[in-house]
Amino acid sequence: MRKPSFLVALGTALLLASSLTPAMAAQTDITVGMVLEPPNLDPTAGAAAAIDEVVYSNLFEGLMRFDSTGAVIAGLARSWDISDDGLVYTFHLPSGVTFHDGTTFDSEDVKFSLDRARAEDSTNAKKNIFEGIDTVEAIDPTTVRITLSAPDGLFLWQMAKGDAVIVAPESAADNATNPIGTGPFKFVDWVQGDRVELAKYDGYWGDAVALDSVTFKFISDPTAAFAAMMAQDVDAFPNFPAPETLAQLDADPRFAVVVGATEGETILSTNNQSPPLDDVRVREAIAHAIDRQAIIDGAMFGYGTPIGTHFNPSNPDYIDLKAQSNYDPEKSIALLAEAGVTDLVLQFKLPPPTYARRGGEIIAAQLRAVGIETEITNLEWAQWLDEVYKQKDYDLSIVSHTEPFDIGIYVRDNYYFNYSSDAMEAIMTELNNTTDPAARTALVHKAQQQIADDYVNGFLFQLAKTGVANSKINGLWENSPTQANDMTGVSWSD
Amino acid sequence: MSNLATNDDPRDNLFLVAMKSPSFVIGLILTLMFSTGAVVSFFWTPFDVTVLDIANKLKGPSDIHWFGTDHFGRDMFSMILVGARTSIAVAFIAVGIGMVIGVPLGLAAAAKTGSMIDELIMRTNDLVLAFPALLIAILITAVYGASATNAIIAIGIFNIPVFARLTRGAALSLWTREFVLAARVAGKGATRISVEHILPNILNLLIVQSTIQFSLGILAEAGLSYVGLGVQPPLPSWGRMLADAQTMISFAPHMALLPGMAIILTVLGLNLMGDGLRDVFDPKLRRNRT
Amino acid sequence: MLVFILKRMISLLLTLVAASVVIFFVIEVVPGDPASFMMGFEASEEAIEALREQLGLNAPLWERYISWISGLLQGDFGTSYTYKVPISDLIGDRIWISLPLAFYALALSMLIAFPVGVIAAAKRNSAADVSIMGATQLGIAIPNFWFAMILVLFFAIQNHWFSAGGFPGWDDGFWVGMKGLTLPAISLALPQASILARVMRSSLLDTLDEDYVRTARAKGLSRRQALWRHALRNAMIPVLTIIGLQFSFLMAGSVIIEKVFFLPGIGSLVFLGITQRDLIVVKSVVMLLVFAVILVTFLVDIAYAFVDPRLRKGR
Repeated sequence: MRKPSFLVALGTALLLASSLTPAMAAQTDITVGMVLEPPNLDPTAGAAAAIDEVVYSNLFEGLMRFDSTGAVIAGLARSWDISDDGLVYTFHLPSGVTFHDGTTFDSEDVKFSLDRARAEDSTNAKKNIFEGIDTVEAIDPTTVRITLSAPDGLFLWQMAKGDAVIVAPESAADNATNPIGTGPFKFVDWVQGDRVELAKYDGYWGDAVALDSVTFKFISDPTAAFAAMMAQDVDAFPNFPAPETLAQLDADPRFAVVVGATEGETILSTNNQSPPLDDVRVREAIAHAIDRQAIIDGAMFGYGTPIGTHFNPSNPDYIDLKAQSNYDPEKSIALLAEAGVTDLVLQFKLPPPTYARRGGEIIAAQLRAVGIETEITNLEWAQWLDEVYKQKDYDLSIVSHTEPFDIGIYVRDNYYFNYSSDAMEAIMTELNNTTDPAARTALVHKAQQQIADDYVNGFLFQLAKTGVANSKINGLWENSPTQANDMTGVSWSD
Repeated sequence: MSNLATNDDPRDNLFLVAMKSPSFVIGLILTLMFSTGAVVSFFWTPFDVTVLDIANKLKGPSDIHWFGTDHFGRDMFSMILVGARTSIAVAFIAVGIGMVIGVPLGLAAAAKTGSMIDELIMRTNDLVLAFPALLIAILITAVYGASATNAIIAIGIFNIPVFARLTRGAALSLWTREFVLAARVAGKGATRISVEHILPNILNLLIVQSTIQFSLGILAEAGLSYVGLGVQPPLPSWGRMLADAQTMISFAPHMALLPGMAIILTVLGLNLMGDGLRDVFDPKLRRNRT
Repeated sequence: MLVFILKRMISLLLTLVAASVVIFFVIEVVPGDPASFMMGFEASEEAIEALREQLGLNAPLWERYISWISGLLQGDFGTSYTYKVPISDLIGDRIWISLPLAFYALALSMLIAFPVGVIAAAKRNSAADVSIMGATQLGIAIPNFWFAMILVLFFAIQNHWFSAGGFPGWDDGFWVGMKGLTLPAISLALPQASILARVMRSSLLDTLDEDYVRTARAKGLSRRQALWRHALRNAMIPVLTIIGLQFSFLMAGSVIIEKVFFLPGIGSLVFLGITQRDLIVVKSVVMLLVFAVILVTFLVDIAYAFVDPRLRKGR
């Protein structure tokens, strides 16, 4: 009697073990490292990139969305029609979509979201992108019609932004701490200062996702980021803050390092109205004093692509204008002499990222070589936003402008560069009213040329997306066409 | 019996006694080494610390760069020399502020124990001590900007109550001692007693404490610089060198080890010297030794 | 004794009031606008102004002080500008990291310092004393964040014995949490233990030289007996002072260690508040820390009076 029962038990155990094996093989949870913690989780009430890096496409969806190449594709709107005059957009929505709290999504939610974003008392950080909307009408539950006051070639692109996601009237007020969207992941917990946890939303209307849970862990310190990666406390770090350790991580078979492109034009921001920087010759002198490659090598350990204007070099419309501001200290000195500038001391205010702190030290040394002294002040982001961005109390700074296609900032009123040019203004106005692709390209070229001619800022390099991940993870975005950590296509291989 | 006897000894004699203490000698050598380095750096360094040489970054020690180069190709030896200046100056002035203000306050409080003056001094002390020092230092530098001066003020403020409290605590137990009572009977005033009888007797405690405070001062400066709130670039500081080195520790360990060693050896030197000095200054210890 | 305690309590209250005024006005002058930080880089001026109004940042200074204090008195710390959650929740999450860490480090520190200090004092000038004193000198001289870096390099990156940072939480059990706090506690305890051991030793040596101890020895007690019966108790006064100071240091001053190990503790909450210009968090947490320290000081004072009755009579 004994032996058979033992064999049965053994057999059962083996069966159990074999049936358990496949389930154990692929991991379905992921911990993703991020440098900055979002101040809140409502993308419609803040411009902080970190908000979108958590919620974009994961938790919230808009009518349109960006894919991993930056192309605008269908989001909640499955299809759309544009009237011939370019004024009326009719979006067709899917049915059976629910928010994470179980409430139904329909065209009224779209109307609510867009009307809320463009309302008088709106705290939407990009209120201006909704300014062109004249009316939003919910035709029926799955159809919404938006009428613009003037044609806008970028309207669909604007609607793909995180600021234009669709929220529900029932939950919109609490989205900052308890976000409720329509995305494939729902909000679980936020331990402030540490992490945000998301879990798969079973009622998701679209394609099922492979992951069951996603944890975003906030690690601002490059050392801690490296340590966490090495100790495998985080599985992926899409924007890894310590480029100097990438070679070491790459050599480790446990990790895969993927270097892609971002939309971050890293520039030596210049206060164009602070004398003598109001003299274009002085700005040109600074431009020629800068050795871009030395900055990329020294600050970013080789990761980054030099740029000659404020435009993403991987964009087909980019033109290479580096030669216009080549490294030429002799010319720099000559230009300064021509402008009659001697004993120049500039206020150089640097925000926290590595590219700024290290890049700042390198640029300071390069400027010293042509006779320009700088006084470096390291600032936290809040101080930087106040002193540099708002009060414009600075001469030079270094910032990476990570928004896609943001050349428009050069015509924004009161922007911190203090740059104003009628020529640039005219180009951008014309661009906004142009929908023909070829004509648009020509205008974009003109705009790039204009700011390069005016030496508005020192154009340094395009920030690289230095991603580190466990080598078993698939589906992470290689490039960063927008501020997002899209987890919808991510999975673990066995 | 008089506790003042040793103070009559000629100075060179004291120095000779001190030189017999090995910890004093080691401490003196280390301290002299770093302070000489700091002074020399004003006139000469092997390389200019403000000139970058990115092609030669992260090189290990060699006969050209004795301590190797950092991530910008700067000469580490030169940077450590210049860094010594920053650390020593900041800590020295900060402790000075603490002693010059704190000790008299502590003596006054002990002399008038229980009075309004005592209460006021001690409560103000408590108030300052009650603030988390490092966080307030961070706050101060955040308000008034990161600089060496603000680092000195931030560290110095918190040295005042430390010395005041220690002085008062030690002085209080002395006030109940026979020799002080004798002095009171002899008609000496509180100030005179404080200066003549109390102060010499707490000197050893103060020296021990100031060595601790000095080391804490250097460490606090390093800590503030480490979080980016001390001396600003391009002037090198040991704390910031450590911050820069952190992520490179596994492939350029010299960048973290050498400034770390500089801090450790400087603090060690000062403390050892203070220990040796205490042995010399403290009549009781000398009495016991012989 | 009762009068003594009562007097102390009154001054405790006055100190608290003074502290609240100092904290409020120091922190209100910090440059940087919380609203523009919250809205982010490319936010419009309009949106920022709307938010300022919403947060009540446009009210006059004294009005904000009154509303802050009356909130505190009712146990309401206010709502974080940045996170938009009650500050008491933020503190609640973090206190269970910072408090255990402080006690852990303090316990480690005392566990090392007491026996080491006593041995060094008892066997003065012996080889043991000299090497102990040398080791404590080294312990004081090592910057704790540098030590932490080395610990992480060795124990977390090269050998995966400990986590490089972060905190696993107490949900998985007491020992899991304690393990997560071990490296930070060691880095914090090393210099503290060294300082404490030195104070212990020098304080013991001082009291051993006191007249009454000498008298006791003259009466025939051995050095060791004199040490245990008389010296230790009196030597505790400076040691208590240092422990009190160390506790307050550990509660808030662990900010750098919390940064190295990215622990979401109280120190990093204040640091976060400062960098994000979440001033209401900074104000309230600093006030809480100050309250804790004042309370500890008060308790140490009372303990003084118990250890040394002479101090009581002096009043």
